[in-house]
Amino acid sequence: MRSRIRYVFIIVSLLVLTAALLILQVGTGEFAISPKDTVSSLLGIGSPQHDFIVWTLRLPRALIGWLVGLCLAVSGTILQGVTRNPLASPGVVGLNAGAGLAAVAVIVWLDIPLGWLPAFAFAGALTVAFLSYALAWRKGISPVRMVLVGIGVAFLCNGFISLATLAGNIRLVNQATIWMTGSLYGRSWEHFWPYVPWAAVFLPLAWHSFRKLDILGLSDAAASGLGSRIHGDRTWLLVIAVALAGSSVAAAGTIGFVGLMAPHLARQLVGAGHARLIPAAALLGGLIVLAADFTGRTVLAPIEIPAGLLTAILGGPYLLYLLLRKQKK
Amino acid sequence: MRKQALFAGAGLILLFILFLLELSTGSLIIPFQTVWSALWGSRETDAHLVVSSIRLPRACIALAVGAGMAVAGACMQALIRNSLASPELLGINSGAALAIVIAMFVLPASPLWVYNAAAFAGGLLISAFIFLLASSGHLKLSPLSFIIAGTAVSLFLGSLTQGVLILNEQSLDDMRFWLAGSVTGRTFSSFAQILPFIIIGLIGAILLGKRMNALQLGDEMAAGLGESIRMTKGLLYAVAVLLSAACVTTAGPIAFIGLAVPHLVRSLSGPDYRWIVLHCLWCGAALLMFADTLGKLVIHPREVPVGIMTVMLGAPFFIYVARQKDGKL
Repeated sequence: MRSRIRYVFIIVSLLVLTAALLILQVGTGEFAISPKDTVSSLLGIGSPQHDFIVWTLRLPRALIGWLVGLCLAVSGTILQGVTRNPLASPGVVGLNAGAGLAAVAVIVWLDIPLGWLPAFAFAGALTVAFLSYALAWRKGISPVRMVLVGIGVAFLCNGFISLATLAGNIRLVNQATIWMTGSLYGRSWEHFWPYVPWAAVFLPLAWHSFRKLDILGLSDAAASGLGSRIHGDRTWLLVIAVALAGSSVAAAGTIGFVGLMAPHLARQLVGAGHARLIPAAALLGGLIVLAADFTGRTVLAPIEIPAGLLTAILGGPYLLYLLLRKQKK
Repeated sequence: MRKQALFAGAGLILLFILFLLELSTGSLIIPFQTVWSALWGSRETDAHLVVSSIRLPRACIALAVGAGMAVAGACMQALIRNSLASPELLGINSGAALAIVIAMFVLPASPLWVYNAAAFAGGLLISAFIFLLASSGHLKLSPLSFIIAGTAVSLFLGSLTQGVLILNEQSLDDMRFWLAGSVTGRTFSSFAQILPFIIIGLIGAILLGKRMNALQLGDEMAAGLGESIRMTKGLLYAVAVLLSAACVTTAGPIAFIGLAVPHLVRSLSGPDYRWIVLHCLWCGAALLMFADTLGKLVIHPREVPVGIMTVMLGAPFFIYVARQKDGKL
């Protein structure tokens, strides 16, 4: 009972924090709006001048950032659960590299409008995931093999990325580099709407599979003893993880380390059971991306630091901490 | 013994043939007779000059870097008893890359040795950290965690590198060739700069062969045989880092030579590290030379940097090996 109260308390405080950060994110910028005006504008009772800035310019960016954090965190939680390895994340299994390669190809090689970029990036991530899965399949899917094969495929993609980087026009290459670092700059409703369905479908599905994840965390023998169809469940969960990560990368570029950090922080807050872990990790992920984007916009204003760079700066040391702590145990 | 000698002989002949091929290929294909006479000092035509002043330094560097990388990989694999270990999977390459990018940003237009020193220091620092991870603590990281950790550290360093490059477009333009890994446009003076390091490292590795064998038996066994584990590991680590840092400094982050060559050699020559190190010498040089020659021919008369060629050849090999492992890590 007490753990339940604690859980509700944690979720509620995370929600409050998120709301506060959202308002702050929408209110700050070259033209500052007070939190009170921001809220009234969001509720539809603000001045028209504020409405334009809030609704057209800043809200979509903030919402995309938040959703991306949600999806990446849940994707990371699933991958860590399926591979039984606390260090797995969308970046490690090569999804980012696949999306990156597709995006670089669109920017540097192909002469197509940038509106197509998210679609291509998504296709790239899916292709890499499918390749890793197919190549790792040997009478069933072993998580270890999948991770290793994913690393190999990522290397291959990075090879092609450097090829594109070498041959391309330096302006385009720079643009591609920014995309690969993960920036929310200039995101608007037209990026938001194609992205929402993915999050709306796969986030609930992910939460719905919490029992499968709990069981897959046991050894293979124990899991099948409990009646789990291991390979089928694994495949299903991987599909969810890939859809979440792929659509996020398509919307915002490769924002790294959120999928690694959020599940760990959440595990410390609410424990390892996935029924509680998934919502907590999701909210934490959203917070991390929002905070990173907010910091990136304000610290060196008017220069913007891409959100992905900040999450990496945060996430790298956190990773080291994880490794060292694991050593001590 | 006879088998090993045969293997060595075949390796040397192969190396010699590839050396000649490397000298004769390029945007201008030069016949073997000309190459041969140029090697003996003839300077009659332009082709002779091209061979002796442009292609010979490049070939020598490829020779040294290939041998150095392969032997460094062998040392790493012996050190952490993991046949998937190699300099690039453990973050040395990305450490050196980040250091050199920062150096270009902070100290633009410095003499070459400044950047070399920076790359060296960066590789050293990252590898020191990784070595600490590998050797400290009571519970060792499992080989899989080790590789995932290395990949995650590389991703982190990669994001930072991209971040610096975004802030400074000029260094992106300068760096992209080095970052791809290339042996083009080198002179004998840059060859002379790294040669001492590589020679010291290679001699060290050859002398350590017996200790590497002892290490494979496990820490207790090796201690029982009267070897000082700490000393052996420290020496091996020093040799591996010296070699890979020297190679990365000259040729950029060339991947997979350190992974693939020791692997192939082990499957052909057996588990004796005294022979593995020796065979790695010629096989590593031969493989890099082969990749470079291939890179000059695929989109003739232009060329693909050798670093990209090694990735294209090496990543499928890595995936193949990972599949063989079958979750046994």
